[in-house]
Amino acid sequence: MTVLEQRGAYRPAPPPAWQPRKDAAPLLPDASPYRLLGTGAELDPRLLRELYEQLVRGRRYNHQATALTKQGRLAVYPSSVGQEACEVAAALALREQDWLFPSYRDTLSVVARGVDPVHALTLLRGDWHTGYDPYEHRVAPLSTPLATQLPHAVGLAHAARIKGDDVVALAMVGDGGTSEGDFHEALNFAAVWQAPVVFLVQNNGFAISVPLEKQSAAPTLAHKAVGYGMPGRLVDGNDAAAVHEVLQEAVERARAGEGPTLVEAVTYRMEAHTNADDATRYRAEAELAAWREHDPIALLERELTERGELDEEGVRRAKDAAEEMAADLRERMNADPVLDPMSLFTHVYAEQTTQLREQAEQLRAELAAAEADAETTDDGQHGGQQHAQHGGAGRGEGR
Amino acid sequence: MSTAAAERRRGTAAARKPATMAQALTRAMRDAMAEDPSVHVLGEDVGTLGGVFRVTDGLAEEFGPQRCTDTPLAEAGILGSAVGMAMYGLRPVVEMQFDAFAYPAFEQLVSHVSRHRNRTRGTMPLPLTVRIPYGGGIGGVEHHSDSSEAYYLATPGLHVYTPATVEDAYGMLREAIASDDPVVFLEPKRLYWSRSDWNPDAPSAVPPAGRAVVRRPGTSATLLTYGPSVPVCLEAAEAAAEDGVELEVVDLRSLVPFDDATVCESVRRTGRAVVVHESTGFGGPGGEIAARVTERCFHHLEAPVLRVAGFDIPYPPPMLERHHLPGVDRILDAVDRLQWESRWTESGERAAGPGRAEGDGR
Ligand SMILES: Cc1ncc(C[n+]2csc(CCOP(=O)(O)OP(=O)(O)O)c2C)c(N)n1
Ligand SMILES: [Mg+2]
Repeated sequence: MTVLEQRGAYRPAPPPAWQPRKDAAPLLPDASPYRLLGTGAELDPRLLRELYEQLVRGRRYNHQATALTKQGRLAVYPSSVGQEACEVAAALALREQDWLFPSYRDTLSVVARGVDPVHALTLLRGDWHTGYDPYEHRVAPLSTPLATQLPHAVGLAHAARIKGDDVVALAMVGDGGTSEGDFHEALNFAAVWQAPVVFLVQNNGFAISVPLEKQSAAPTLAHKAVGYGMPGRLVDGNDAAAVHEVLQEAVERARAGEGPTLVEAVTYRMEAHTNADDATRYRAEAELAAWREHDPIALLERELTERGELDEEGVRRAKDAAEEMAADLRERMNADPVLDPMSLFTHVYAEQTTQLREQAEQLRAELAAAEADAETTDDGQHGGQQHAQHGGAGRGEGR
Repeated sequence: MSTAAAERRRGTAAARKPATMAQALTRAMRDAMAEDPSVHVLGEDVGTLGGVFRVTDGLAEEFGPQRCTDTPLAEAGILGSAVGMAMYGLRPVVEMQFDAFAYPAFEQLVSHVSRHRNRTRGTMPLPLTVRIPYGGGIGGVEHHSDSSEAYYLATPGLHVYTPATVEDAYGMLREAIASDDPVVFLEPKRLYWSRSDWNPDAPSAVPPAGRAVVRRPGTSATLLTYGPSVPVCLEAAEAAAEDGVELEVVDLRSLVPFDDATVCESVRRTGRAVVVHESTGFGGPGGEIAARVTERCFHHLEAPVLRVAGFDIPYPPPMLERHHLPGVDRILDAVDRLQWESRWTESGERAAGPGRAEGDGR
């Protein structure tokens, strides 16, 4: 007893009505990334084979997309080489009615969900920003502003639950994106609302050039979940079976009304941030070599081979299917997309404003003038453009 | 001060049905929610408390906490969730507690809300409304009095509405909620308690939001204004009339879409224009409006289009705000500076300005 207590001046008491709101222990992630491959765990061979085929296809898709940047067919490509297990498992963990919220790096996931690769790449091609109808495959548009898609996933999942629909949203974000305010706000909203959402953080080691240690001082990114009152799961992101299992559990948990989960998949970005980046400026070859030994496709291939589920014929079949996809993609991406300049104005508002109608008229006149000019130039005459432009620009302003 | 304005100040509404702008806004949300189960209200303190301005009063009680939701304090989270809700077919109505507290949601607004229809080629429009109490004049301390409209109107893809009357508050908010496009709905907070004998059970129809309205006809010059500055301009017009100057007051009502036709029709008729708003002059909406008027009405103008705006300063402490906000005197001074000696465009219909009326040959 302290002196103060002896004198009766100090009665220790907890703050009124205080009690912990939740036991933190069950929310904590495993001490090390959860793994399945090579552990002798019981696994569904059909799922393993499907994952394998999709990973092989995914790797080929990545290489083809990077090749397309070199040929000037894609404006930019953020490769997910090395991350294919996460990309594919995210899509496969969802049911038909569920929603995927991808970032710019996740076109492979979008493709694995069933979107035509040409449509998934529309944005990166320099064509219009979203090449697919989000409602057709329940895939939100690719999001470039980091972590901003996460609150959308929460809102959509929340709305679905309000309407009594059986829908889970899976939202993808990078390790760097976890520092953004929207990451925090989305997780907090999801937990408070018990929204059926799964957050998948692909910790690929870098945010462009910035390594994780400059990004976060958390024990693991999965630990962040605990502060929001949701479980955090830590998984080996190159172990396709483990990522799939952890994601599927989280998805089904959300579906059952048990709320959101944060999953950190530990993986590695094997290529530069995008084709425009030079990764040799900030990371050493030795690091890459270690990760090459932990390649998601090799891990899966070894598992399947050891189980007698994959022979040379099976490997060849997977490769052939991937080549076929790549050839088709290459061919279709080699055609020049035709964009209608007038489409600049068509979807700004539901109803075009007077001002946009005027501006559309101006552009239409410019285009007509350019065309007329091209025709007269063909005839060996010049000077048509100025004249036509002056005559044609929109002037009205009536409602 | 005019009788009407004096009455407004004193609130001598003895014989009137006391409907305030705040009540009309509440009623608009209430009616929208009753008609359409997809309308959901969310924001900070909007539920149990009914909002810090009581604009969502009674909605949680009537429709339950799931239709009128107290959210965690995170404006980007509120708006970002509303985006997801709109993606799934709901019609969220978001309340931002104050103008300056909407800024954390700016990225969601600019990078997603405004361009979602466009970036999804029309397949995924976002029918959501962002209500923002804005402007000064209520003695609010720092961060409670901003006029942030310039940020919004500079963002293509948003509609920007701002009512100045009780009738418009109801009609335009209904229109905003029903719109398939995102609307930033700016509520002049100092007009929340303005009254009219508006009947909540038979709300009078108002023109569509994209239309400007002549609040007071006049022949000498046009005051182009909106939101909190409309009553100030009406008061100025009242005062000017005593000197024989007939000012026309145009309430823009919506900054996007902008009603060039009504504005130009008025200015061509009067030949002179002053834009009045609380927002800063430099980079404020007045510059855009003056430019539009000049581009379209040049040969009808007798004087440059002038602006009466807030000074180009961070919003001042409440004890000084009366020096910052455009008031009647500053508006009348601007009217005086409309080059009344100019007669190069002869128009018999144009009434004399102060110069001619006083015959001092300025
Ligand atoms: C709000 C925002 N800030 C900055 C950027 C520029 N940027 C694009 S990708 C990136 C790194 C993101 O790293 P991470 O979240 O780890 O994802 P990764 O690229 O590794 O998949 C940055 C800084 C952005 N897109 N959005
Ligand atoms: Mg990263």
